[in-house]
Amino acid sequence: MFAGLAIACSISMVYHKNPLYSAISLVGVFISLACIYVTLAAPFIAAVQVLVYAGAIMVLVVFVIMLLNLDEDKPLTNLRYLYAVGAVLGMTLLAQTFFIFYAVTKTPNTPVENSTAGLTLNIGKSMYTEYLLPVEIVGILLLMAIVGAVIMSRRLSQPQIELVKAKEDFEAYQERHDY
Amino acid sequence: MEPNLATYLGLSGILFTIGAVGVIYKRNAIGMFMCIELMLNAVNLTFVAFARYYGDVTGQLFVFMVMAVAACEAAIGLGIFISFFRNKISVDVDDASILKN
Repeated sequence: MFAGLAIACSISMVYHKNPLYSAISLVGVFISLACIYVTLAAPFIAAVQVLVYAGAIMVLVVFVIMLLNLDEDKPLTNLRYLYAVGAVLGMTLLAQTFFIFYAVTKTPNTPVENSTAGLTLNIGKSMYTEYLLPVEIVGILLLMAIVGAVIMSRRLSQPQIELVKAKEDFEAYQERHDY
Repeated sequence: MEPNLATYLGLSGILFTIGAVGVIYKRNAIGMFMCIELMLNAVNLTFVAFARYYGDVTGQLFVFMVMAVAACEAAIGLGIFISFFRNKISVDVDDASILKN
């Protein structure tokens, strides 16, 4: 049931031309995936999914859509061959999916009994013992992302604008005197 | 039908296919971004399914890592969209051609 909901929401996400409708459909996909994670005995991942994806990331996306006041998606005009590329890629991936669907016989067909792997306690334990280095790397990556996002989206300050202007004036001057 | 591992892998494959086709069909940078998020989620689903069927914590841990990377990607990507929109008044990827020639 959740799988059907996820697929329906994702199709509506790709189908809608208005980015805001796509964003809302994407929230539907995230929430139904979180429900699937609960049925897969992963409550911690489900909670993080709702918090990080359906909360933080989608709020950011909707905020940017509102801020930029986007119009509707235009159809492809000068890159028409991309329709063919998309169709071929989709067919290939779907074929691969059905191959997986029928070929998975060597993998265990029954889940491990009384699995405790999804508990927050166990995840935290192995996060800070066995997988300490990846956690540190992800921390540094997050820090870099914060700094990069701030630098990327700021406006130039007034002295910087004057510097850029002075440089342009200087280049124009050089051109006029045939340097 | 009782779901088994193949069911989850099939669902994940279908979601990944929809995401990949969406990235190619969308001309809007934010639409492409959302399709990429969908593909990341499809991969997360396989991680969680394998973690369940093998009773291992590693898969769930790496889902956590993928989520952190996706959050970084969201912050940086939306920053790029905003500065691009300031210069071009558009987020259409076809307008991002200043590196051509």
